[in-house]
Amino acid sequence: MSNTSARPQPDPDTLIAFEGVGKWFDQFQALKDINLSVKQGARVVVCGPSGSGKSTMIRCVNQLENHQQGTIHVCGREVYGNMKQLEQVRREVGMVFQSFNLFPHMSILQNVTLGPIRNSNLSRSEADDIALHYLERVQIADQADKFPSQLSGGQQQRVAIARALAMKPRVMLFDEPTSALDPEMINEVLDVMTELADDGMTMMVVTHEMGFAREVADRVVFMDEGRIEENCGKTEFFAGGRGERAQAFLSKILQH
Amino acid sequence: MTQIHPEMPLLARLLGVDGVRHPKDPASAHIARSLWQVAQAILLFGILAWLIYAGAAAMEYRWQWYRVGPFFYRIIDGEFIPGPLINGILVTLQLAGISSVLSILIGALTAIGRMSNSIAGRSIATTYLEIIRNTPLLVQLFMFYFVLAPIFGIDRFWAGVLCLAAFEGSFAAEIIRGGIQAVERGQYEAADATGLSKFDKYRYVIVPQALPLILPPLTGLLISLIKHSAIVSVIAVSELTTEGLNLISDTYMAFEIWFIVAGMYLVLTTSLSIMVNILEIKMNRAR
Repeated sequence: MSNTSARPQPDPDTLIAFEGVGKWFDQFQALKDINLSVKQGARVVVCGPSGSGKSTMIRCVNQLENHQQGTIHVCGREVYGNMKQLEQVRREVGMVFQSFNLFPHMSILQNVTLGPIRNSNLSRSEADDIALHYLERVQIADQADKFPSQLSGGQQQRVAIARALAMKPRVMLFDEPTSALDPEMINEVLDVMTELADDGMTMMVVTHEMGFAREVADRVVFMDEGRIEENCGKTEFFAGGRGERAQAFLSKILQH
Repeated sequence: MTQIHPEMPLLARLLGVDGVRHPKDPASAHIARSLWQVAQAILLFGILAWLIYAGAAAMEYRWQWYRVGPFFYRIIDGEFIPGPLINGILVTLQLAGISSVLSILIGALTAIGRMSNSIAGRSIATTYLEIIRNTPLLVQLFMFYFVLAPIFGIDRFWAGVLCLAAFEGSFAAEIIRGGIQAVERGQYEAADATGLSKFDKYRYVIVPQALPLILPPLTGLLISLIKHSAIVSVIAVSELTTEGLNLISDTYMAFEIWFIVAGMYLVLTTSLSIMVNILEIKMNRAR
């Protein structure tokens, strides 16, 4: 589990594997020699100062950003180039964004059914059933006919989680899911995520919510300046088995 | 832009002034100033009209407004016979109608070409845009009529249609591209993350959000297309301007006929933009 070195593919238990991944934005190197594997059922929290590359890394998994060096395997398939293969990978990977990114011109129900209808050729009623099931799970089924702009931030983010789940992904990626929320709405989203973790969903979460990390994560990855500085078990991380930079970062965000 | 509030005094609303009462500027002074501005406008138009009338009188122009009726239509034995002006505006409508459909098609294809990853698509689209936007419309029309039409066996009407479509299509392309690129990046990412195919992404997520941004400038384009259609009179397509020219050479009533022709274009374009305004209000209400 604590394997950060290159490993031979495929290992059916490893859902995400980064091997020597590098990424540049023009001259600026955002990711440097990233090695990371996420196994089935793992709950990895990624933290670090802003600009450290954590969002970039998680966005490489479903290739919202593409890398220029090394390889990334998701569910045994290499992600790179080939659009058809990439679409397959993306259907195995659910993603939740900081700014929700719901489709504003569609009702909540349509937001959730779009993926299943277009990607899995389900009929509208089958897709509606699936969507309502997941909307119920995030406790928002009663808002199914509203539009995103009519919901609060916390509600929108829960819909976004349901939308990602409706594709029945094997991994869920969360890119700072609570950073854009008003404080009183953070917990309703974190609760849904905790429930998801309890059900055994494999998750990769970029977040500053250390309480959530402490409760839910089984691994904590700490990034700084495009590198993975720490990659250790949660207890180890919070018990102080961490380097200087992680220590400095933690003391900054835990002060309040 | 002046904001029009329902609580504003009626006169202020009619005049389109904002009706905000500034401390040193009570409402009565506001209305007085607005009235004075309206008076200024009326005065200016009056002076212009008088100058034209006086000038025409000085050159002993004989106004013959009583003769213009038959230029529109005649009724012979209870049968409606359209005159040259009605025939002309029908051709203008046809010309503008067909070429607006074609120009939107060309615009959509060019926009897709410019945004595609294909080098061929991008270079063809860019070359087309640069050629059309950097040569005079009149020269383009001559190219279509004297060069392309004989080569491909196109008649003058279709040469005019194609030329207008090619010209306006270049502007439609930029309008469509702008609308599509104005859709937030997060929407593309959410569609990608959902695993939608490229076609589904545009069909269900991007285009429905781009349309409300594209429609207003696109209707502006259609209005300018109606106006630009006058230029095909130089290749003698029998549209409104050509019919006007012919009437003048028959009757020497240049002043009356140019006023009428301009008025007919004005009625056409303003009624189009009023229709579009109503449509927009309805669309906004539906959302």
